[in-house]
Amino acid sequence: MEAINDNKQSAINDPGAYTVWKLLEEVPDPEVPVLSVIDLGIIRNVIVSGKSVEVTITPTYTGCPAMDVISMNIRMILLENGFGPVIIKTVLSPAWTTEWMTEASKEKLQAYGIAPPNAKQQVCTPEYFQREEAVQCPHCRSWNTRMISEFGSTACKSLYKCGDCQEPFDYFKCH
Amino acid sequence: MNRELFLYTLHLADNALILGHRNSEWTGHGPNLEQDIAISNIALDLIGQSRNLYQYAALVFNKNNDALSSIINSPAFQKVPGEIDEDDLAYLRDVNEFRNCLLVEQLNGDWARTVTRQFLFSAYQEQLYRGMQKSYDLQLAAIAEKSLKEVLYHVRWSGEWIIRLGDGTDESRQRLINAIESLWAFTGELFHPADYENEIASAGIAPFVSEMKQAWMEKISNTFKTATLELPSNTWMQQGGKNGVHTEHLGFLLAEMQYLQRAYPNSEW
Repeated sequence: MEAINDNKQSAINDPGAYTVWKLLEEVPDPEVPVLSVIDLGIIRNVIVSGKSVEVTITPTYTGCPAMDVISMNIRMILLENGFGPVIIKTVLSPAWTTEWMTEASKEKLQAYGIAPPNAKQQVCTPEYFQREEAVQCPHCRSWNTRMISEFGSTACKSLYKCGDCQEPFDYFKCH
Repeated sequence: MNRELFLYTLHLADNALILGHRNSEWTGHGPNLEQDIAISNIALDLIGQSRNLYQYAALVFNKNNDALSSIINSPAFQKVPGEIDEDDLAYLRDVNEFRNCLLVEQLNGDWARTVTRQFLFSAYQEQLYRGMQKSYDLQLAAIAEKSLKEVLYHVRWSGEWIIRLGDGTDESRQRLINAIESLWAFTGELFHPADYENEIASAGIAPFVSEMKQAWMEKISNTFKTATLELPSNTWMQQGGKNGVHTEHLGFLLAEMQYLQRAYPNSEW
């Protein structure tokens, strides 16, 4: 977490890196297109030397099929803007966590109809049939919701249903 | 040690790929939509793990090509020009070159059998990855750290199914008992190390399977107890998969999984 902030901070004094970080804000998550790769917190490092760029990313979930598309889109936007060669490296450790998602991302998710991850994970032990995590409905803001399935439409989401407005919704689960 | 590291990484990758493939056979056929999505998500996690492991195995292989090339003799694999990659390892090896444990290749059967297989294996993977996070091999440690977070979901999901079915109706209970009886003989192999596993554990690269057994057994027996089930009394155990000797089911699985790459080499979609 600190490493990424340091790296981003030092980019202020490095016009090339600053441009790259700005461009990355325009690369969306193909499965949740309101979020950029910066919002997701998957960019771990950016090194710019002249026109050549090395971007280090980390996957959200090991099997996330969006990662290949994301790598390609990062490469494309950098090449289109005159950078190159572009090297994209993947690291697994430290493992991605929803805590790396930006505050802005949480508002974007809610506006998009996906409940953002709770600020503090309430359920993280392997115990069975635990109290379900309290999640606010992104549509009517009711807390009267229940989990339908721990696994949702993508690896990073669970399925919930609101008891008041009756709408089903995705919850971007803590991880 | 490179030979053992390669074999061991393949063994881990094969476990994840074969169980991931088995689970993916449920996609579109789950008992209801939510559980169809759940088992497909678990399949995706496992195939994701296998990709990380195969990529690493390929790296080890390419660095030590001269010493390791005799391990894989399938003609299709031998013909790969230059460096190999993850796909070559998954699609071009023959059945006796897979080193997954027998448990993961067993047929899906009914839902009870599928969730039982998942539970027995996920509880094992939890202990494996907990230990491997401390590996001297930093890439395996990173893969373990990453995968463990996902495996904890799998353990919880499958364990809840054991309880739901075991302490459910007469029929669900009987189906679960049948599932446990048919799969139990394949659990011994998880804790019976192959030679390469012993070597790797001695080098501090992976935990000793013997050390993982107690925590695994505790998880299984506590969960069975909550599900009002007894531990099976039969203790005869089958083994062979870790050294390439498989049950008949794996060949059929590979015939389907590898067909496209064998018939149309390097095709992409």
